[in-house]
Amino acid sequence: MSDLVKNAAGRKVPKVVNGVEQVPFQGVGKFKPTGRKAAPPVSQCGDYPADGDKIVKSLKEALKKCGLKSGMTISNHHHFRNGDKVMTQVFDAAAELGVKDLVWFPSAAFPCQEPIVEHLDSGVVARVEGSLNGPLGAYASQGKMAGPAVLRSHGGRWQAVQDGEVHIDIAILPAPTADSFGNATGDRGPSACGSLNFGLVDSLYADKVIVVTDNLVPFPCVPWQIQGNNVDYVVLLDEIGDPAKIVSGTTEITKSPDRLLIAEYTAKFIRCTEGYREGFSMQAGAGGTALSTAIFLAEMMREDGIKSRFMRGGSTKYLVQMLEEGLIEYILDGQTFDLEGVRSMRENPGHLATSPFTSYNWHGKGNFASLVDFVVLGATEVDLNFNANVVTHSDGRMLHGIGGWQNCLFSKCTILPIPSFRDRIPVIVDEVTTLVGPGELIDVIVTERGIAINPLRKDLIEQTKDSGLPIKTIAELQAEIEEICGGKPAKPEFTDEVVGLIKWVDGTALDTIFRVKS
Amino acid sequence: MCAMRGEVGPRGQDAKSDCWMSLEIRESGGVEIDLKSKVMVMYGESIRSQLTEGLKTLGIENAKLEVEDAGAVPFVLDARLETAARRADSNIDSDLLPPLKVTLPPSARDRFRRSRLYLPGNQPKMFLNAGLHGADAYILDLEDAVAPPEKDAARAIVRNALRTVDFGKAERMVRINQGDRGLEDLEWIIPHPVQLVLIPKVESPEEVQAVEAGIAEIAERCGRKEPVWLMPIIESTRGAYKALEIAEACESIVALAVGLEDYTADLGVPRSEDGTESFWMRGQIVNACRAAGIQAIDTVYSDVANEEGLVASVMEAKQLGFDGKGCIHPRQIRPLHQAFAPTPAEVDKACKIVRAFEDAEAKGLGVVSLGSKMIDAPVVKRALHTVEMAKAIGKLAENWREVEA
Repeated sequence: MSDLVKNAAGRKVPKVVNGVEQVPFQGVGKFKPTGRKAAPPVSQCGDYPADGDKIVKSLKEALKKCGLKSGMTISNHHHFRNGDKVMTQVFDAAAELGVKDLVWFPSAAFPCQEPIVEHLDSGVVARVEGSLNGPLGAYASQGKMAGPAVLRSHGGRWQAVQDGEVHIDIAILPAPTADSFGNATGDRGPSACGSLNFGLVDSLYADKVIVVTDNLVPFPCVPWQIQGNNVDYVVLLDEIGDPAKIVSGTTEITKSPDRLLIAEYTAKFIRCTEGYREGFSMQAGAGGTALSTAIFLAEMMREDGIKSRFMRGGSTKYLVQMLEEGLIEYILDGQTFDLEGVRSMRENPGHLATSPFTSYNWHGKGNFASLVDFVVLGATEVDLNFNANVVTHSDGRMLHGIGGWQNCLFSKCTILPIPSFRDRIPVIVDEVTTLVGPGELIDVIVTERGIAINPLRKDLIEQTKDSGLPIKTIAELQAEIEEICGGKPAKPEFTDEVVGLIKWVDGTALDTIFRVKS
Repeated sequence: MCAMRGEVGPRGQDAKSDCWMSLEIRESGGVEIDLKSKVMVMYGESIRSQLTEGLKTLGIENAKLEVEDAGAVPFVLDARLETAARRADSNIDSDLLPPLKVTLPPSARDRFRRSRLYLPGNQPKMFLNAGLHGADAYILDLEDAVAPPEKDAARAIVRNALRTVDFGKAERMVRINQGDRGLEDLEWIIPHPVQLVLIPKVESPEEVQAVEAGIAEIAERCGRKEPVWLMPIIESTRGAYKALEIAEACESIVALAVGLEDYTADLGVPRSEDGTESFWMRGQIVNACRAAGIQAIDTVYSDVANEEGLVASVMEAKQLGFDGKGCIHPRQIRPLHQAFAPTPAEVDKACKIVRAFEDAEAKGLGVVSLGSKMIDAPVVKRALHTVEMAKAIGKLAENWREVEA
């Protein structure tokens, strides 16, 4: 068992994880990185076909040509979400090649990739480094992986690769459209997913890069979201994804009356603050409550004659409607959630694909997240100090990846619209099970029973005091919820076995997930 | 003697904020609880001790209790355990009452009853947050929303909800069943925080009087002082013909409501969007109510997704003279309130009339006039009502006299 040390947030974190020494969290903005960025080896054009045709006939051959060996790190982007058909084939091919102990480093994992659990069991894959949802989360929570899961934000993933903390040996970049040179785009083709930019860092820093497509076009493939100059091989498959699961035909707003109420309170709260003014900016995800918030807000913007300079996606048809109506000047899109979003990215010059570098990377010369006036995010738990958790459930199981969540906390006003309890489980707790977001960055909690403002935000308290909204202290909200749920929930009991590490946006160790006692 | 077993509640994937229980009462061996719960870590111990206490209160010393819990809150656990026990052994007659957390909000014979949201009596998950949506009243429904085999389960849930769930300032209503079953329902609700009883499918004054007598008897027995208002629902051609007799059947009646599903079936025509077939009947009810000096409440609008249709139907109901309408989804409440609200012109005119009336009174004049027009007493009364409603819904300042004058 690795030694633990207490970090600046008062959480115990391991000194070493998977053989890598960890810097304990030192406080928001306190850790100062040194040194130079990592870089892939120098290549020369003479080693690549002069006619630009980098096609090899199969995934297996591409992996062989990349020099796949046991212990290597294989990465991919998650733009195909739950419709990915490539990654299970990659690990099947690796198994056939007889390698072991691979590290899988996706930007996120999805339930459709559950078959990879077999490769974990057989030892082809030693562990997954990245966000774990569904079956893989359950697998890791039970301590079955060889080494703890390391969970990072989207920005943290860029940071880790850029800083040389994670070295990618082979990057797999599934691409809805590509040419034989390796230029690739996500905004068109049968498996269109919008942006490919979660794979950008992989293409820039991996030793070897394989583009996998089912829609090959003659050179040049434009736009080239991924540049062929960074690509070693191109593989053509019959089918790389299930379009219906990559993008939804219809993202829908919530029908739940409670969530609609939460969304309405959120929009009304925003309207009462000084940040809501001509040219304001916002980021809201594709969850039902966040979408509904955007719709309520759009109505208010029409009434008030106010326009937004930019909105950050996850884009959906609702954001596209606002763009095309002229309520928004730009959509700066991190990922595209539905077909309308994909169409808009192709057609609208004001709909731009961003990357975790532009939006989220903390080890850069600024990023977009801190420019955003309002961000609307979810959470599984919030505590009395406004610390929040998105990764574990109150019973200690790992459930969700961090995504862009940590990065977005740097917005000027971070709002968490969340139901006050879910099936008897209170959302407001004395202390979060896992610390993923420090309370000093979380400004407002909106529930169906009332709104709590972080006491640090005296400005917001002042601006909304005559709003007529149900503003309460977080302790009042907690007491109300516990009255309904029948008292304080008990805490899970943990063993001292580390099953996961939560990284902060600067690469320091923020918290540890221990294995739950069975 | 063979073991006696009772089972209750939803189970499987779809169960939410509820639980399934199976209780087998035995001759010996003590109590054995087999608990599976989605909230095991957080509330497993608390559930176990609540169930152990509950079995003690019910006088059950030897039993096997199986529970599949999907996040039921304590009052639901109590209700399910009591029903399982009563089903296992019909001789069990102890109530498992959760602590009383509710005090009755103010109620009056003529309070606003624009919206009343129906909540199916055996689906407690829908109760917990209903009060946040601002209806004038909530109806815990024991009648059509509950399948016949679950009537007993719903009674326990509704009773416990009345004692526990906060519906804010809204009026607390229960729709009982028809006939004798309805009279039995009263035992489960009258001793608890309920304010109005809806009586379904009423066709004669005697049916209402029987309910009133039942309530009086129970209120006497349990020392209840607060009134229980009655709202008979007219849902048949016979009921429609007897509307005035029914409206005047007893003192506690504050409104008649209209139910159209059964009425149109009785007429032998399908229910239409524009309501041509029920036009006479609804007019008849409004007239009977006005004659009896009580409120008239229209039926529900059942297409939840169609907000425009809802608003149109409220405008029509308002024009016919109805004071309120039923809701089957919280999303219907706000558009309904907005549609029932007086228009700015109506508010303005009502203020002028009230002011003229007050001036005339102050001067000791017997006749109220506004401009060149004489104003009759009923007009003043309606204007006062409009002013009160406008104040209640924030369309008129409390101190409007100072602001406007």
